[in-house]
Amino acid sequence: MAERRLRVLVGKPGLDGHDRGAKIIARAFRDAGFEVIYTGLHQTPEQIVAASIQEDVDLIALSILSGAHNTLLPAVYSNLKEKGAEDIMLMAGGVIPEDDIPGLKAAGIAEIFTPGTSTEVIVDWVRTNVHPRA
Amino acid sequence: MTLAERVLDGDIRAAARLMRDIDDRMKSAVTELKALYPHTGNAYILGLTGPPGAGKSTLVDQIVAAYRKKDLLVGVVAIDPTSPFTGGAILGDRIRMNRHAEDPGVFIRSLATRGALGGMSRSTMDVVNVMDAMGMDVVIVETVGVGQDEVDIVSTAHTTAVVMVPGLGDDIQAIKAGILEIGDVFVVNKADREGAERTARELTTMLEMKHPEPGAWLPHVVRTEGARGVGIEELVEEFEAHRAYLKTSGHLQRLIEERNAKLFADTLRDELFDTVFGAIRDNGRYQEILKGLRERSTDPYSAVEQVLAAHAFS
Ligand code: B12
Ligand SMILES: Nc1nc2c(ncn2[C@@H]2O[C@H](COP(=O)(O)OP(=O)(O)O)[C@@H](O)[C@H]2O)c(=O)[nH]1
Ligand SMILES: [Mg+2]
Repeated sequence: MAERRLRVLVGKPGLDGHDRGAKIIARAFRDAGFEVIYTGLHQTPEQIVAASIQEDVDLIALSILSGAHNTLLPAVYSNLKEKGAEDIMLMAGGVIPEDDIPGLKAAGIAEIFTPGTSTEVIVDWVRTNVHPRA
Repeated sequence: MTLAERVLDGDIRAAARLMRDIDDRMKSAVTELKALYPHTGNAYILGLTGPPGAGKSTLVDQIVAAYRKKDLLVGVVAIDPTSPFTGGAILGDRIRMNRHAEDPGVFIRSLATRGALGGMSRSTMDVVNVMDAMGMDVVIVETVGVGQDEVDIVSTAHTTAVVMVPGLGDDIQAIKAGILEIGDVFVVNKADREGAERTARELTTMLEMKHPEPGAWLPHVVRTEGARGVGIEELVEEFEAHRAYLKTSGHLQRLIEERNAKLFADTLRDELFDTVFGAIRDNGRYQEILKGLRERSTDPYSAVEQVLAAHAFS
């Protein structure tokens, strides 16, 4: 029977090797019933966008603990726009200072979660705000 | 333009979307597949199966690179299991193939089994057909790799490669029954590990003991190091040799017949179930049957007979 499943790409852009958070998020999403495409470490924004398009995901969820969020996240968004794929939602998490969050949201990142957030809160946010594209 | 027209026009997003519609079992996908069907039948379909961790995804990455060097377009369908408890899945095969993400000559799609057994999702064959219609010269299917009942790949792929690793030791005796039948090519990956030579020798001996009919294909054993790209050329040569054999021996036609029959039977089974079940659920009959079963006034066998006899679904 017809049934839409939420598809999410979880990845790590840039040279950041901290992957615990990304793996925890991937597992929490799986346990919430989502299909997670986990692309692992060291992704360029272009690779992330190309993979997201081929996989037809509804959401791109990126984890950054390296401090390079202010360049990498907007780069992913502008690449999405370039490919006409800005209907795919973009969210992020990791070590990201509060002061940077308003700027990132203005640059197209829908939501950002920082250390200490429970995965339930994150899953709830996704359930409320992201829906499989018709 | 319809999705199918856009797919034929080279629109990647349309292809990705259609694959999603197929996987989600949208009715509209059937219409699009009908339109694409005349444009299929050109791709060479290669299946890779073998236990988790054997290095299938790593090899797929190398095989993609090898075919890209020949300037061929390559599609990949990589399947991972759905969690039976939550319905969710982590699809991690792409991790090994990231270097091809931006290559316009490569299209990679991850699929979850969504409850299907046999190592593939029920959508696999249709998704392969979309890649075929997109103009992919080669489509590589990586199965889940759990259990030994992954025989569906044989009726999907032209060439099936079974990937193994050294150190299986005596286990090889135990698992040989199933896998010896399904492989057209046998790969001993992780040849850098101890025992690779021995595993390859044992396999070769077992394959030779099968006493094939004269003129039949005799599968060879190829040793590879997926991680370092060693033995890939030999592996691809072996694929091409099998492909040539299929053509010259007339075996290809038999495979195509089998594949057609399977796609028809699978589609019939799915459609019949969906139609009948959908109808009795909507007209209340299903609830009556459940009540009857609860009260033991009927049994599942009689209930099904009655549904079919009464055309209660039409
Ligand atoms: C463990 C750790 C490491 C481990 C990483 C192991 C691994 N495989 O992940 C090791 C020891 C290897 C390491 C190395 C380094 N680290 Co370190 N590391 C940490 C530490 C202590 C904890 C990170 C962690 O795993 N937390 C547990 C996980 C579960 O939490 P999390 O990732 O934050 O995820 C949560 C949220 O952020 C959010 N989230 C995260 N990702 C995502 C994604 C999405 C989509 C969403 C919705 C939510 C979300 O949800 C999660 C649950 O709440 C942090 C300090 C800290 N307290 O954060 C430093 C820290 C991240 N490391 C730091 C540094 C500098 C380094 C090194 C450069 C040190 C060095 N000089 O060598 C190296 C670089 C390694 C590399 N290649 O990138 C700095 C980063 C500074 C910065 N950003 O400005 C930190 C902040 C320490 C500090 N205070 O200086 N590190
Ligand atoms: N030692 C060794 N490791 C390998 C080789 N090929 C792949 N691997 C590793 O084996 C692990 C599993 O590989 P993967 O391709 O994901 O296996 P799959 O589950 O069969 O798809 C990875 O860590 C690879 O890096 C090889 O030739 N030698
Ligand atoms: Mg794999």
